Amino acid sequence: MSESRHLEIAKVGDVTVVRFVDRKILDEANIQEIGGELYALAEDSGVNKLLLNFSNVEFLSSAALGKLITLDKKSKTKGSVLKLSNIKDEIMEVFRITRLDRVFDIYDDETEALNAM
Amino acid sequence: MSDAWNWNWETSIPSQPQAGTDLLEELIRQLENRNWLAHDLFGIRLAAEEALVNAIRHGNQSDEAKRVHISFKIGEDRLRLEIRDEGPGFDPSDVPDPTDDDNLEVPSGRGIMLMRNFMSFVEYNASGNCVVMEKVRGPENGDDDE
Repeated sequence: MSESRHLEIAKVGDVTVVRFVDRKILDEANIQEIGGELYALAEDSGVNKLLLNFSNVEFLSSAALGKLITLDKKSKTKGSVLKLSNIKDEIMEVFRITRLDRVFDIYDDETEALNAM
Repeated sequence: MSDAWNWNWETSIPSQPQAGTDLLEELIRQLENRNWLAHDLFGIRLAAEEALVNAIRHGNQSDEAKRVHISFKIGEDRLRLEIRDEGPGFDPSDVPDPTDDDNLEVPSGRGIMLMRNFMSFVEYNASGNCVVMEKVRGPENGDDDE
């Protein structure tokens, strides 16, 4: 698996599980880097099931949402599965307000998401 | 409009992506010191971050010769933020609704909507290069007690 500054990447069976290192995903340079690291994963031929675990994330801005939307498109284009889990209540509110809870496949915890893969 | 602000900060920052970071941290610290609720702090940080990014990127087009002018005021139960850029402005009503089915998968355009949802009041000036936002402090408890 490739080196990543902002992501902790692990394999659980055939699922690539990603945890975010940053508690706040907000400044533009960081968001660009995180986006780049996520896109590289999505385009990796060895990654067909991707789970983003947000347990560490306390804050994210709309620019970060934009990266997730692009990641979702890349995953769909490639035919791979993308799921999200462990999103804190306030960030979940952001997903609901923007109706992105309808775009993404979101689970309360990692186990539930893994079982649904 | 409250006339009793007990913390008041006016400054300007260059049009650089991280220029507002320390400013927002200080604002949040001031609110934490006054025991504002975590949910309020989340929304205020989000709204202020979105407004700053809009001012720097869209207003000033990241032109480092232009500055973003900021006023933060904290009162007993109210916060007021004013963020003004040196760009030509825009009409907020021209921004498409990001929750329309056709726009759901567009990667950008959610900042103003989040500002309006998390703040109590959001208003742009006539030319659209200045936004004033207010937040009325949430109740002490999460329940329905008055």
